[in-house]
Amino acid sequence: MLLSEVGYARPETLEQALDVLAEHPGARALAGGQTLINVMKARAASPDVLVDLGGLAELKGIELGSDGTLELGAMTTYSEVIGSVEARARPILGEVCAQIADVQVRNRGTVGGNVCSSDPTNHLPPLLVAVGASFTIASRDGERAVPAEEFFLGVYMTAAGPGELLTKIVIPPGRSDGFASVPVGVDGTCIVNAAASVNGEVRVALGCVGATPAIVRPVAAEEEAVREAVRAADLDPPGDVHASGDYRRHLAEIVAARAVVQASGRAKG
Amino acid sequence: MEVVTSQRISVEVNGTTYEREVEARRLLIHLLRDDLDLTGSHVGCDTGNCGACSVIVDGTLVKSCMLLAVQADGASIETVEGLAEDEELTPLQQAFRDQHGLQCGYCTPGMLMSATALLRENPSPSDEEIARAIQGNICRCTGYWNIVKAIKAASGQEVE
Repeated sequence: MLLSEVGYARPETLEQALDVLAEHPGARALAGGQTLINVMKARAASPDVLVDLGGLAELKGIELGSDGTLELGAMTTYSEVIGSVEARARPILGEVCAQIADVQVRNRGTVGGNVCSSDPTNHLPPLLVAVGASFTIASRDGERAVPAEEFFLGVYMTAAGPGELLTKIVIPPGRSDGFASVPVGVDGTCIVNAAASVNGEVRVALGCVGATPAIVRPVAAEEEAVREAVRAADLDPPGDVHASGDYRRHLAEIVAARAVVQASGRAKG
Repeated sequence: MEVVTSQRISVEVNGTTYEREVEARRLLIHLLRDDLDLTGSHVGCDTGNCGACSVIVDGTLVKSCMLLAVQADGASIETVEGLAEDEELTPLQQAFRDQHGLQCGYCTPGMLMSATALLRENPSPSDEEIARAIQGNICRCTGYWNIVKAIKAASGQEVE
């Protein structure tokens, strides 16, 4: 399908990218394009200018700090996370990326694009909230760090505003994580998903049940405690062709419990 | 920096270099099919689901309906037309023929590119690995069984 006419810039430095984003209020960053190009076909988004981030080496790559902190460049693809030795410091990252769509999409789709599109059915928003990631957002005025749980503001809306760009995602050390979902077919769109991290406290983030990941903190890493905490969260999930709101609420308890069981299994080693 | 609505790009497709002036909004699949007359890659769904437009860009399997032609500037691209040499089918193509790995044939170019990418990374894939490798390619004739057999046969493994 023909897209609407659009301007295009392919900056070679972050500074150039931030300048174009600042000078064109209707500009959008083009990461892997596995969502944006399709929504442009459907005319659901009509940016004036696409700022192609494909030439910015500084947004690529995965670094593992000596304390186990991981830094993922926003333009790192899912396939690169899956194949990265460094990313295995937090095994859940590669495991979840391997469940996203298909080979072709994983080869192009990026971690930054996944979170910036803030689609409530995406995998990485709940996962990065559960593991306590921090998002670095740059603009011409400098850099700021936003905790994952404050990054997602609504459907397709994030804390990265006009003139701003997500540059990297910082993930603290840890291994005791879990992820569970009920997707439409193997590796398909999630109907409900949940990520859990057990690190002293139990932290669960549920996807697909609201505009942004719902955070739940069960008092213990045990099934009944998790179910109780999800019930107490009083979720009001949307209904659609795949599942009614009631059914999503029912599934939310189950996937949350599964994610916590996986996470606490790892905590015990 | 300058914002353009069209630009001159250079791509190498199956070993031949092409230079074209393209609009920024042009998808790679349309560059291949309409500008370069390489109509082997198909447009199936045009929504990134079916994989009929799959090609290999700089060694990486992608769906060419989800990539702008300008993003491929400077890239080396492989399409289904580049598989056979001098009318001689590759072992993979021959296996699709021998194992009846195609019915209507619409998905075949994409299936062949996905299988080509798989066999480069994993020369002896299991049935499960083959199924996951062609997850992004839909066959509406639902002839998956023979496609999996063909890919397995092409890898030199025995098939029933």
